[in-house]
Amino acid sequence: MLSIKDLRVSFQQSTGALTEVVHGISLDLDRGETLGIVGESGSGKSVLSLATMGLLPRTAQASGQILFEGQDLLKAPEKQMCGLRGRKIGMIFQEPMSALNPAMTVGAQIAEGLRLHNGLSKSDARAETLRLLEMVQIPNAAQRIDSYPHEMSGGQRQRVGIAIAIALKPDLLIADEPTTALDVTVQAEILDILDDLVAELGISLILISHDLGVIARIADRTLVMYRGDEMEHGDTEQVLRHPRHDYTRKLLAAMPRRALKSLDQTGGEKPHA
Amino acid sequence: MKRIPLNLWLGGLISFLLVGSAILSRFWTPEDPIKMNILNRLKGPGDAGLLGADQIGRDVFSMIMAGGWTSLGIAVTATIVGGSIGTLIGVTAAAKSGAFEKVSGWVNSVLFAFPPILSAILLGALLGPGGLTSIIAIGVFMIPVFTRISRGAAMQIWSRDYIKAAKMSGKGQALITVEHILPNISAQLLVQFAIQTGLGILAEAGLSFLGMGIAPPTPSWGRMLADAQTYIGTAPHLVLAPGIAIALAVLGLNLLGDGLRDLSDPRRKQAS
Amino acid sequence: MPKLLEIKNLTRVFDLGAGEIAALDDVSLSLDAAKIMGVVGESGSGKSTLARIVMALDTPSSGTVHINGKNLFELSARDLRSARCDFQMIFQDPYGSLNPRHTVGRLIAEPLYLEENAPTGAQKRDRIATLLEDVGLKADDMDRFPHEFSGGQRQRIAIARALITKPKLVVADEATSALDLTVQKQILDLILDLRDEHGISVLFITHNIGVVEEICDDVAVLEHGKLVETGPTDAVLNAPSKAYTRRLMNAEPTLEHIGRKAWRAARAQ
Repeated sequence: MLSIKDLRVSFQQSTGALTEVVHGISLDLDRGETLGIVGESGSGKSVLSLATMGLLPRTAQASGQILFEGQDLLKAPEKQMCGLRGRKIGMIFQEPMSALNPAMTVGAQIAEGLRLHNGLSKSDARAETLRLLEMVQIPNAAQRIDSYPHEMSGGQRQRVGIAIAIALKPDLLIADEPTTALDVTVQAEILDILDDLVAELGISLILISHDLGVIARIADRTLVMYRGDEMEHGDTEQVLRHPRHDYTRKLLAAMPRRALKSLDQTGGEKPHA
Repeated sequence: MKRIPLNLWLGGLISFLLVGSAILSRFWTPEDPIKMNILNRLKGPGDAGLLGADQIGRDVFSMIMAGGWTSLGIAVTATIVGGSIGTLIGVTAAAKSGAFEKVSGWVNSVLFAFPPILSAILLGALLGPGGLTSIIAIGVFMIPVFTRISRGAAMQIWSRDYIKAAKMSGKGQALITVEHILPNISAQLLVQFAIQTGLGILAEAGLSFLGMGIAPPTPSWGRMLADAQTYIGTAPHLVLAPGIAIALAVLGLNLLGDGLRDLSDPRRKQAS
Repeated sequence: MPKLLEIKNLTRVFDLGAGEIAALDDVSLSLDAAKIMGVVGESGSGKSTLARIVMALDTPSSGTVHINGKNLFELSARDLRSARCDFQMIFQDPYGSLNPRHTVGRLIAEPLYLEENAPTGAQKRDRIATLLEDVGLKADDMDRFPHEFSGGQRQRIAIARALITKPKLVVADEATSALDLTVQKQILDLILDLRDEHGISVLFITHNIGVVEEICDDVAVLEHGKLVETGPTDAVLNAPSKAYTRRLMNAEPTLEHIGRKAWRAARAQ
């Protein structure tokens, strides 16, 4: 469904020089599959997701191909990308507050897209919004639908962010560090919700994280990135239990002891940095 | 090479020409801007000097240059005085929440409600028209603008962790304001300074137009406009010259302010 | 011998206009010299309020904080200032905690304002240089600006600043949660080294049990401003007595299963 071929992205510096930050990444994603992209700051993982959404800043230049359902997104005109975003590709952000309008109730924000794109009537849109809020497990959805973003906790706002992302039933969800700003207990709940959405709706998911624990929880396959290069790429179990690359071992070694102990017990190689 | 945005480039050029010609006028103008030459009365551009002559035969180009000094001098002085007082109130309000903040907020709202022309007429009635009246009237109008800008910017800085680190170092509000707040809001203040100076020029022209400005014969753009009203049909250059000068000066300073703002906007900086 | 840090019946109530909320509710804790205590809890548990009060950046509604036997909230302004040499703080966001317009040297030297006979000139530069090397940076770095450093390096600068007055207690408020995991590990190792070499105590505020297990001798668990349980890290984490502690531990990402399908199968059971 999604196929990225030899993607390179460069940024124009204020000095005019070009700096390449993604050096030829290729990947494929099937329907209903989850791909984890793991890397640290400066790895180019966020740039990769922005390129897929067609949201690269104007100072960026991309080459290669991003084929989504057979169409090259790098060549698609902005008007067409606008149609794809939301309808075909949904995005979940790290800080949900920045993606929400503080002056609109969350219900109105979710319903807005439904009415605009699907032409639902006001009452149908509200009913669908309620269903979406229940799907992302917002407690008392019938009351919370009329809340403003600032009246909600970080975890609830992220649920609203997910509801907006899936409102138009996209085929692909891209989540960039969706749980980094949240408490671990809330993180676990959000990951469960994403898991259920993938299983029940057959959505494909790309989840970007710096945390191997999160990746291990959600990803069927994993791409390890470092400074714009692919370090390794494969089945998540294979990558974590039998890392082929030193960098992956280094990432594993940085995990808390508790996590590593559980890896030992379930039979994996001991990571050495 | 760093690329300079168009608005900064153009605004910088116009502002430079404005300041340059105003300063030059203190030492040299093509003619003496207050010397009457009745033979040149109402002559058009080219017939007498670059921009013609006015109803009593003064050289318009020289008057524009000298008037620029008046306008710019009053606007800059008023902005410096009003801006400093406003910034002082703003950063103090940001440092001390509570009573001071409330009172300064009320005073500001009252000041905001008075247009500079109205306060100038009030002041003019008290002090008589003149340069000082213009400076005070325009300066008072600058205070609330700078208070709001500096208070908002300073509040943002106060919430940073390096302010907590400074408090952990035993530093008081005044020292923190000097060491941490002011340097980090100076870019915003500079931007506002350029824009407000432009508005100051406009206000000065308005005051002179109404006869509340600097006393004749010192040339001033606003009074040139007022004097030219009678001749708008017969000698349109008399209206056009100061009109264009005012518009250009305001435009140039605004472009400069916008350009500086773009330059200091972190969103323009490259994400790595 | 008195404890280095002694917190007794600490309560902090905030007036929200619509009603009052107790961010801290009768919390008592103590910490010995050269020990690291982790304070864990979710957002809203009061752990950051605790940090602010222990650092005398906020005052409690009731209760006391003694550092080195001195009651922080009974000291005169002058005595509090000299007492501050004994306790310093490291913040979460290494980008927001360093004034971008100051050089690294000036940043690190800032707390010297507390000292009455603070070193100047070459003596001061020597002290900064030694500290920079202690935290794994170079002496030359003192003339550079924060934007020239990575997040992890900036956190090292912030640590150097917290150490310049030779404090006995350092409060680290989520000091590693904004960092990449490999960098987090380096910073945690640095904190352990500094504890061993300088004998400082650390109150480590975090939402991450994994980090607590990594470096903390003791742990205190906070929920909605109340102390849920406290004790030596091994004892508490091996046999948590409270459901809340278990919930925090279970939410921690692990590698018990790997891959979405494996986790899904485990969840179904």
